[in-house]
Amino acid sequence: MAEVKNVTITVDGKQVTAPAGTLLIEACKAVGIEVPSFCYYPGLSLQAACRMCLVRIEKMPKLQTACTVPITDGMVVATDTDEIRQARKSMIELLLGNHPLDCPVCDAGGECELQDMTFKYGAAESRYMEGKLHKEEQQWSPVVFFDRPRCILCYRCVRVCGEGMDVSALGVQLRGSSSVIAPNEGDHLNCEECGMCIDICPVGALTSGAYRYKTRPWEMKHVGTICTHCGDGCKTTLGVRRSDTGMDIVRGDNRDKSGINGDFLCIKGRYGFDYFDHKDRLRQPLVRKDGKLTPTTWEEAIEHVGKRLREIRDSKGGQSIGVIGSNRTTNEENYLLQKFARTVLGTNNIDHHRTADFAGFARAIAGKENITATMRDVASAPAILLIGNNPTERHPLLAWNIRTNVRLNQGKLYVVNAQPIKLQRQAARFVQIPEGREGKLVAFLNGDDAAAGTLTGASGSNDALKQLRDELKAQKNLVIIFGSELNGADITALVKFGSASGAKFICLGDYANSRGAADMGLYPDLLPGYVAINGPHKYNEEWGSLSKTKGLPLQEMMQAAKAGKLSALYVVGSNPVVDYNFDPAALQNTFVVVQELFLTETAMLAEVVLPAASAYEKSGTFTNTCGDLQLLKKAGDISGIKSDFEIIVRVAERMGTEVRRLVPFGSGVRADMGQTRGAQSGEADRHSVWLTANNLEPRFSPFDPYAMLDEIQRLVPGYEFSRLGLLAGNDQHVNAAERSNAGVAEGLVQIVPANDTLFTSGTLGRYSKTLNNVLENRRAPQNKEVMAD
Amino acid sequence: MVISDKLDKFFDEKMKEYPTKRGFLVPMLLYTQDELGYLSDEAIAHLAKKTELTELEVRNVISYYSLLHTKPMGKYHVQVCTNISCMLRGGEEILEHCKSKLGIGHKQTTADGTFSLEEVECIGACSWAPAVQVNYDFHENLTNDKMDAVLEGYRKKR
Repeated sequence: MAEVKNVTITVDGKQVTAPAGTLLIEACKAVGIEVPSFCYYPGLSLQAACRMCLVRIEKMPKLQTACTVPITDGMVVATDTDEIRQARKSMIELLLGNHPLDCPVCDAGGECELQDMTFKYGAAESRYMEGKLHKEEQQWSPVVFFDRPRCILCYRCVRVCGEGMDVSALGVQLRGSSSVIAPNEGDHLNCEECGMCIDICPVGALTSGAYRYKTRPWEMKHVGTICTHCGDGCKTTLGVRRSDTGMDIVRGDNRDKSGINGDFLCIKGRYGFDYFDHKDRLRQPLVRKDGKLTPTTWEEAIEHVGKRLREIRDSKGGQSIGVIGSNRTTNEENYLLQKFARTVLGTNNIDHHRTADFAGFARAIAGKENITATMRDVASAPAILLIGNNPTERHPLLAWNIRTNVRLNQGKLYVVNAQPIKLQRQAARFVQIPEGREGKLVAFLNGDDAAAGTLTGASGSNDALKQLRDELKAQKNLVIIFGSELNGADITALVKFGSASGAKFICLGDYANSRGAADMGLYPDLLPGYVAINGPHKYNEEWGSLSKTKGLPLQEMMQAAKAGKLSALYVVGSNPVVDYNFDPAALQNTFVVVQELFLTETAMLAEVVLPAASAYEKSGTFTNTCGDLQLLKKAGDISGIKSDFEIIVRVAERMGTEVRRLVPFGSGVRADMGQTRGAQSGEADRHSVWLTANNLEPRFSPFDPYAMLDEIQRLVPGYEFSRLGLLAGNDQHVNAAERSNAGVAEGLVQIVPANDTLFTSGTLGRYSKTLNNVLENRRAPQNKEVMAD
Repeated sequence: MVISDKLDKFFDEKMKEYPTKRGFLVPMLLYTQDELGYLSDEAIAHLAKKTELTELEVRNVISYYSLLHTKPMGKYHVQVCTNISCMLRGGEEILEHCKSKLGIGHKQTTADGTFSLEEVECIGACSWAPAVQVNYDFHENLTNDKMDAVLEGYRKKR
């Protein structure tokens, strides 16, 4: 493609240089000149409906809309003259003609673009004598409410739903001043419930069922953190208020558009946080007394766990203890848990719910450079091959980035799936293959023409497959994304195919930190960074000598329990009874400890249940399924609970471990705590207030996750990312899989995909009010009515 | 079939002449309404499929045009103009007269389904105001008596 040439224009006397074809409104923004607009939205089609961005361009007869004019060399533009101010004021006056003045109760009050414009251009006095048209608000779905009179018809919602989401659930009906935004089912919506329309609404016309009339924007603290649901790792901004339980998360949105998700959040990111204050949330440790789980104190619970584990370890040995880690605890917690298992409990029996074969992926790409793609790459890659999975349901951000790429960058999408999936609408080529033959497809891509026979079914023709292979081979900078349909040797074969032409890969796993669980070594045979337990490694140097014997994977732990050989099972944030069909009867004589948010099927079997913090109540890092590491910020405290990190440290301490060996706190960067007397007294307090406000802790605490992160960065290959970049809120791509040294795989691993939909999310989803409301609403019969005659 | 095979074939043939499938939507809506008397839910679904649009998008277009209806209208749809020229020459009186004569109001249909009434904007017959359009026929220079005769004519035709 030819280079686009730069042109220079003059805006309000300032010289602006930008590529030819840049929209005038964007060129102005680049030099800090704000041209107001309601209907213009970057990335969406142009509308020129609101007429707020009118500017004067020399030699053009009338005022022009800056949102639709591409810049040309020598253009001279004025954006702030009396004429323009008057034009904008008139537009506002027209908009306010029917707009209710209910700002004091409107959700958008305080962050409303119309309100801001009215303040700026002043059209507060109306010359209209007619009464305003009033219509009652409507509920369109469990999450979307519509207040018709507040709507200014910018069509942002219609476009984001159609172009961005490819759902097209919103339209405009009637015409002129009677125009109205209408949902696709007449009086309600049938859609993906993403809430994008609410977020993008410049006024309070579309409001959210979860947030409406609860608070005002300025009453909240806004915490930018990472969503706790799927493996995509969207940045979400939580609006937090104080409440009697410690904190109240009132809403989730994406006001911070700097994240890998840009404008995007799905229903889970926007509303799915609401499990945190579910009435069933555990707030007190439970210890089994006379056969019943009984609330007790932390002191007693930890003492009990520490004492029993110590007894079991000392009498029966570490190999009689099993540890199951989590897909939704932080990297630091996962790292700490396996270190605790290997060095304190003395066992390699550690595993987690594997939703993707990340270990197999690491084996396949070990030693290769630039072989993994980031989530951002998906939005800009010239071509994408998607094998298996259904990202629309299970990786909504990935699906959004793919759609955006196809729409805005003309990226080419190739889809291979056993089922028809929604993304095939964006696909340049869609090939449907029989269930379970994904591996054969990879063999075919690698040149095994005989494999085609098992892929084409009855039709017999493999022309489509051959075309697919030829086109893929011709693609430079392909991004290959695959689901849990592929594992082990199939991944190796796929990497062989792709790496020949310089492709990059993404392995799709479920849950917020499943990649982190894998990277941090929640494996019976692999240390953090996919380092073989029986190979050479550096961990011995810091941890003392480690057993080289491979531990038990999850299924074998269950068999050991059945055989009476598992004396203790330590479960953190996981529900193997449901996810892995772990037989409850097998655990009758096992001492089971569970750290969990809710009394899950597994927790019900435990002797001790320790109430843990959710990812909204702690700091740390998450690694998304692509390997993008991001900072998790604590939104607030909930009474009665402790972070998994603190719980593990306390248990270890009670087992007689020197805590500093487990968590290297009190070293490295030290905080200057100031003086306790004289003119500078109180500085210590002020300093700790600052640290707390920034979710940092002075390195005096054994519960400081960043002390663990220090060690992770020091020891885990591929985690040498920029700490400054991370703390600035940027995503950092890590390369643990590329730097891995995992040795040869032994036997088959059992991969159990979560198979969540848009409206489910494992244990957490079961306790989300909004997700449950939507599911219930879908089951209820609907009456169909048509809004416009 | 929601619409006659003949019409459907005609649509398929004609659609090829348009640069996009959706470009032919409005004529199709008009033809369909002529055949069915209104645009039923089934017809909307059918045309949406034909044009590869969502039903909502088809409804958006229908709602824009007041001459497209999604509810059954009378066999004879009486459209009385009350825009400026007709208003000055008694269009509003004609409308009132029709209302009392037919016993129905704006956008209503008589119980037997023969007539429906609608107050419309300019129908382009200003030179012969006041004017009324019944289906596709124009009746001009009307008085109450002439209007009676027009209605009677249609009643007989039934």
